[in-house]
Amino acid sequence: MEETCELLHPIDRWLKTERMPHIWCPGCGVGPTIHAWVRALERVGIEKEKVVYVSGIGCCGRGSGYLDVDGFHTTHGRAIPFAVGLKLANPELCVTVISGDGDLFAIGGNHFIHACRRNNDLLVICVNNFIYGMTGGQLAPTTPHGGYSTTSPYGNIEHPFNTPHLADAAGAVYVARWTSIHVRELELSIAEALRMKGFRYIEVLSPCPVNFGRRNNFPEPDAMAKWFAQSSVIMHGADTSKVAIDMGKPIILGNFVKREGKPTYYELLRKLEEMRRKR
Amino acid sequence: MRRRARREVMFAGFGGQGIITAGFIVGRAAAVYDNKEATLTQAYGPEARGSTCYSGVVIDDEEIDYPYLLNPEVIVVMSKDAYEKFLPRLREGGILIVDSSIVKPDDRANKFNVYEVPATEEAEKMGARIVANVIMLGFLGKVWDAVSVEALRESVKSTVPRKYLDLNLRAFERGVELGEKALQKRVEV
Amino acid sequence: MGKAVLTGRHFWYGNIAIAEGAIAAGCRFFAGYPITPASEIAEHISRRFPEVGGIFVQFEDELASMAAILGASWAGVKSMTATSGPGFSLMMENIGLGVMMEVPVVVVDVQRGAPSTGLPTLTAQGDVMQAKWGSHGQYEIIALSPESPQEAFDLTIRCFNLAEKYRVPTILLASESVCHSAGKVVVPPEEEIEIVYRKKPSVPPDEYLPYKPDEDLIPPMACAGEGYSIKTTGLTHDERGYPDTTPEAQEKLVKRLNDKIRMHREEIVEVEEDFMDDAEIAVVSYGQVSRPAKRAVKMAREEGIKAGSIRLITVWPFAEHIIRKWAKQVDFFVVPELNYGQIYLEVKREACGNAETILVPRMGGRLITPEEIYHEIKKVVGR
Repeated sequence: MEETCELLHPIDRWLKTERMPHIWCPGCGVGPTIHAWVRALERVGIEKEKVVYVSGIGCCGRGSGYLDVDGFHTTHGRAIPFAVGLKLANPELCVTVISGDGDLFAIGGNHFIHACRRNNDLLVICVNNFIYGMTGGQLAPTTPHGGYSTTSPYGNIEHPFNTPHLADAAGAVYVARWTSIHVRELELSIAEALRMKGFRYIEVLSPCPVNFGRRNNFPEPDAMAKWFAQSSVIMHGADTSKVAIDMGKPIILGNFVKREGKPTYYELLRKLEEMRRKR
Repeated sequence: MRRRARREVMFAGFGGQGIITAGFIVGRAAAVYDNKEATLTQAYGPEARGSTCYSGVVIDDEEIDYPYLLNPEVIVVMSKDAYEKFLPRLREGGILIVDSSIVKPDDRANKFNVYEVPATEEAEKMGARIVANVIMLGFLGKVWDAVSVEALRESVKSTVPRKYLDLNLRAFERGVELGEKALQKRVEV
Repeated sequence: MGKAVLTGRHFWYGNIAIAEGAIAAGCRFFAGYPITPASEIAEHISRRFPEVGGIFVQFEDELASMAAILGASWAGVKSMTATSGPGFSLMMENIGLGVMMEVPVVVVDVQRGAPSTGLPTLTAQGDVMQAKWGSHGQYEIIALSPESPQEAFDLTIRCFNLAEKYRVPTILLASESVCHSAGKVVVPPEEEIEIVYRKKPSVPPDEYLPYKPDEDLIPPMACAGEGYSIKTTGLTHDERGYPDTTPEAQEKLVKRLNDKIRMHREEIVEVEEDFMDDAEIAVVSYGQVSRPAKRAVKMAREEGIKAGSIRLITVWPFAEHIIRKWAKQVDFFVVPELNYGQIYLEVKREACGNAETILVPRMGGRLITPEEIYHEIKKVVGR
């Protein structure tokens, strides 16, 4: 009988391997981001059965279907409120939203700031590739000023969101920014966030060679990754109002905000219930 | 064509007088404590305080086919504007109960069965003009047979905030007393 | 813990009756956004939920509210939202997701005058077709329409039961005149209230396929955190819940989503028939219009007119078998509605030319009276 030797990738137990290959393009940062998230889950030791992955629409949206955890691929922009409902209804679950910049900050922007404000107990990871990738490269609320897209063919006249600043201002208890090539730092940052409660936000800058790079002077598949590598400056605790992304200027990365002691929405709700019962 | 069992009362005044609450107490009295059918409807507008408002209660022995007032037989009026606005809706020969501290009925009221109740003055004597509506409820219970005084009293108890219960019950009994006197007077005349 | 079922006799506004019906049905998650004339439902729930261990969240809009109740239902908690026309329009997006993911939730639409902002404080029945067709694509849904505060209580419970049984967003198509009026509501003892829960998987997680239906076309539902590694998506999917964007998968899935309701139509549809045995004229009504309609029929009977009443308690799926049956007996269907002809067209379609269908439209703002409907019946007699 022929002997076979099965080689397992360390995160195989988290994957629906029969679903591979995935839909993401070569050079994309979604895969490395999910990889970092899974490694962080392992590192923190979270039980797989309790892990829930909620996604919206876009390239990131598909991620929830590739993992061997409860996965909810919802509607465009609504991953956060869906996740808020799910987590409140079963507080035992470890709920993460991984979605794109368009999903979280254009159509879903309102939900993002309100979940921050309420301090709903969620980890939200935004894979920011500066563009609408899946639909073919249209302008995003994160496209740099002057950037080219299929709907800003003469250059973007809008000003992009500085998403860590937005999260900070709206009250998120954890705010960080990494890129998909800073896999080690990203994993540690996610692990740190997973150990906390409340609304935690991590922005992960990601290459989109096909739909952003190609139109914005990053013609090679690895050009955006090189841009991240060359322009990144790590400044933990940086003032989030000063970390806006501007092409040609340094990209500030780091773990920016960590607020201790702010009660979550759920904790306050239970307290209220307690008060009501005593009356 | 309307069946006799259908009974209708309207409360009208301005926002803040407890016009809706008065209607609610009557409806609850009839439905919960007299175990009849009752509906309460009210004028909903964006404004809450100071503007003219009304509530309407329909009481019936069987299922109420139309929850809104069609032809009120009693109108309890607690403001001049409400008098002007709603008097034309009162059924011929109907009962008009006016808060005489606020409204003086004119000739147009002659064709109705008019009761003048100084509800606001009486309430002020008790130290709270806010209970004028409950005085009116006690009065209504005496002069109108569609809902019982006992049911109204129970309904007042279960509707008003606990800390104002005594005040409201005193107001209610004062209304009942005024109602009795008014009826006696009619008999004497 | 406070009492969940307030057994006894009450005098409640329709909105309070809906909130209490939801609590009695086991609803413990409510997400909503303030809107006239539905806000009292949220207000009452926000006061009552802390007494019964429920979770109330006022969201930033109706888009979020609808998404949140889907999430909460996936966590195994019976969930509801309540709104009126403008908010109902926003909810359509995730009502579609609820249909596609087969999520048991209840959506209350307290209809008010429309289009657009319309008449915020006044009544209408303009959202009937929206309830059926409002989200994009071909789907079947369940909608019930209460005629009174008592029925608002009863039907809210039934909405939860149907949603749980058929795994579909179920709509309580209420109206301002029912919800902003108070009436007698009798709440039965807790043990007399029938409560239905969603079907759970009977196979171990490694054999479980989240969208493999049983013979009744309804798949058992595992919830998040139960170890079933659920996969679900708004994309067309296969029985594993994996996206399968092929015409074959579309054919299979969308057909089943529709058929699971259609094949149970006679079970779901509830109508109330009065004086129909020898009726020659049938007044077909639903919701708030039914009370004046039934009275009008009685008035006609007193005049010797052979009128009857068909009241659609279930608006969707449509009672087509009922209309088809009576079309063979009656000469006329008279359809009073607070719109310009929505259920009228359904009745007309199912009458198949066997009976003439006459619309009695009112655009909303006020409820039609028994006399007005009676007058229309008289006009029909004269034909």
